[in-house]
Amino acid sequence: MSRPPEQRERFYQTGTLAVGGRLLAEEQRTVQAGESRANAITKGHRACQGCGEALGARYVLDAAMRATGGQVIAANATGCLEVFSTPYPESSWRLPWIHSLFGNAPAVASGVAAALRAKGRASEVRVVGQGGDGGTVDIGMACLSGMFERGDDVLYVCYDNQAYMNTGVQRSAATPPAARTATTEPLGGHPGNELGQGKSAPLIAMAHEIPYVATATVAELRDLEAKVIRAMSFRGPRYLHVLVPCPLGWGSDPAQTIRIARLAKETGLFPVFEALHGRLAAVSQIRRKLPVEEYLRPQRRYAHLFADGGRPDLVAALQAQADRNVQRFGLLAEAEPREGDLLHVLADGERGP
Amino acid sequence: MSRPRPFAITLDVGSSLANRTGDWRTERPVYVRRMPPCNHGCPAREDIQGWLYEAEAGGEGYERAWRLLVADNPFPAIMGCVCYHPCESACNRVQIDEAVGINAVERFLGDEGIRHGWELPQPQPASGRRVLIVGAGPSGLSAAYHLALRGHHVTLCEQAGKPGGMMRYGIPAYRLPRDVLDAEIERILALGVELRCEQRVSDLQEAMREGGYDAAFLALGAHVARHTEIPGGTAAHVINALDLLQDVEAGARPQLGRVVVYGGGDTALDAARTARRLSPQEPVVVYRRTRERMPAHPEELRQAQEEGIAFRWLSTIAAAEGGHLRLEAMELDGDGFPQPTGRYEELDADALVLAIGQDADLALLSGVPGVEVQDHVVKVDEWMMTGAPGVFAGGDMVPAERNVAVAIGHGAAAARCIDGWLRGIEPRAEQEAQLATFEHINPWYYTDAPRTVRPLLADVRRQSTFEEVVKGLDESSALFEARRCLSCGNCFSCDNCFGVCPDNAVLKPGPDGEPYAFDLDYCKGCGMCVTECPCGAIEMVPEEI
Repeated sequence: MSRPPEQRERFYQTGTLAVGGRLLAEEQRTVQAGESRANAITKGHRACQGCGEALGARYVLDAAMRATGGQVIAANATGCLEVFSTPYPESSWRLPWIHSLFGNAPAVASGVAAALRAKGRASEVRVVGQGGDGGTVDIGMACLSGMFERGDDVLYVCYDNQAYMNTGVQRSAATPPAARTATTEPLGGHPGNELGQGKSAPLIAMAHEIPYVATATVAELRDLEAKVIRAMSFRGPRYLHVLVPCPLGWGSDPAQTIRIARLAKETGLFPVFEALHGRLAAVSQIRRKLPVEEYLRPQRRYAHLFADGGRPDLVAALQAQADRNVQRFGLLAEAEPREGDLLHVLADGERGP
Repeated sequence: MSRPRPFAITLDVGSSLANRTGDWRTERPVYVRRMPPCNHGCPAREDIQGWLYEAEAGGEGYERAWRLLVADNPFPAIMGCVCYHPCESACNRVQIDEAVGINAVERFLGDEGIRHGWELPQPQPASGRRVLIVGAGPSGLSAAYHLALRGHHVTLCEQAGKPGGMMRYGIPAYRLPRDVLDAEIERILALGVELRCEQRVSDLQEAMREGGYDAAFLALGAHVARHTEIPGGTAAHVINALDLLQDVEAGARPQLGRVVVYGGGDTALDAARTARRLSPQEPVVVYRRTRERMPAHPEELRQAQEEGIAFRWLSTIAAAEGGHLRLEAMELDGDGFPQPTGRYEELDADALVLAIGQDADLALLSGVPGVEVQDHVVKVDEWMMTGAPGVFAGGDMVPAERNVAVAIGHGAAAARCIDGWLRGIEPRAEQEAQLATFEHINPWYYTDAPRTVRPLLADVRRQSTFEEVVKGLDESSALFEARRCLSCGNCFSCDNCFGVCPDNAVLKPGPDGEPYAFDLDYCKGCGMCVTECPCGAIEMVPEEI
């Protein structure tokens, strides 16, 4: 396929996949490439080596700061993100930040937004609520749903590392099937999380028909930043669900955090998409489809699937889940992304394999 | 009495910067410069990754790239025409899509240099030392250039009427346009190199004594065609490939009729492709081994076949009689040597061109003590010096692969060694950096971008003209091609390490292109920067504990 000359000029070694690049104009670089990025969460935090959540939080909040000219207040649920960033009296946060209970961050964020409205400052100062998957998908679900249905002007961000990590790797409703957790193994001698449980917070958010719902991973910085900046262009409730690998809880090499997140997307296990008012609007397609095994093997939480003869039946079930995602969301170039409302997506999902 | 500790809730909010997480670390990241495979593969020892990096900027970057290039090799445009680019065979990008078209970019830079009249660097102040170079081919000219830059007086003695050696008298004009050749040679002479053409050195010792030379570099090349006895050959029209190429270079256009070329090297193909341009009949190349074992470069073979040249593999010429040849079919034995089969066939031929190898004319070395000659080539040590002190040799007359890039590399290496010898510096082997292999690359970050192929002259046109076959790239294609470089093992300022560090422990102290640094007070040693560095320019090293 030939490219027009002006596109050739712009092509540079890494295309648009790297963080920045000396040959790119300022506006073509990511927020993270700039020395002037906010570093909303600064160094000295006590996150583990290679923490995906610390990285994801900086990516998201720096982009939100860029989009609002630095006028952001964050409400933060209890969880790893709060624990490692704010051991009294130290704080890593370089923006106005309020710590809530485990389950009420969306409500606190709603309250901050209401206060800003009351003070007449809602047009300049924006609110971001954030928490882990435990605080969001499990404990905070009621507050989150309320925030959505009331139409509060909050961007809520869930950093999904697929378990309660600060309580010692405990199962959450976002823990994927067959993944082992340290403290919540099901009965029956098999350590992996049961199949057929859990829920998708992004699809639940879409069911509220809020203005904007998106998923992202820490592996695709440009996609993530674009989604945050886009989210900040809307008023009303918005939901962003970011996959952030946890080397400790997943049993992966800290150096591989971004690669693992990339594999989650490239295998189809974690679909990356955008939805407007409950309608699927865009998907980030898989560049090179890989079997789920490529994603599972580097993680010790899945080691039982491959030890002592392994559990090929479970690997096949996870592969089927990935394939269903590919088909459901149109994650491959040849498969057209499904335009349609949430009911359509849900109905399609119910048919499942 | 110690100061009373404040009650906990009265503590002021402090920054986590007080918490130096760097002491968690057991390994630290370090920026490295690995040896890119292209540089490693270059016989002329060019810093290819380095000049591609400059060229990637476009605009003024081209001149910076050209300057970096000519620091090692003064013939970028010539290389762009004739080099067999072992750099591209080594290129890591081949495992993503296709090798970077390094040769085409080099050609573009070389042409830019000629077009803009960029000048070579100024020589250092005169050292007062005098070096005699015998032979103004690629090796001699390269040595002359590097010696002149180091301030030595250089006299180049050339037996032929013009400088260039095999670049002029061996490589046909359709591969190397003469204006390109002349322009790049002229630039070297402009540095003050003294060139004496049509001057044959018959006695080296005498010539050195007479001229007061402190050292000599022999770069005679291999111009004496090997001969083979072919029964009846005297009656038939038999010529040497080199004679044919030289005659054509001098302007002759002999009418040869049906031509058969005997041999399988690059010279055989040059002769066949030249004959193709002289006569409407398609030449036939006869070679005693198989196509796979042919020493000619595959690219030349491909172009020859496209031009309609026919090949008879596994055949020798048993006899020549007026108007036709008697070919004997051969078979390869277990060791790969061709053996006769006793099966014969006839092939019509008006002229037989012999291209079965060349040797150096080493007469000038007779009586030089210490010089060792083996298999028609001169032995040199690892510092390019022959057995005679102060007498160095390179190019086709020493044991090595014979091509222009190798010869240029010999000239540069010899110049370095001669310079050291003249200054009384003990030669030392340079320590080579670790090779950047594909395992060091994170291919995710490189978008698929297949290579831009240089335009070839339409087949019909090149059968009858000596016009250049492989043309240079235009500017935007050359830039595109340069930007396909993966920058193996060397930072190209993509900001990835700066962006992916979960601990904000990568610093960007300077403007673009300046190196990054690690903030080791906070780096926890997770190694994410190493994994996500596209080009393998960071490694983890254990901390001393």
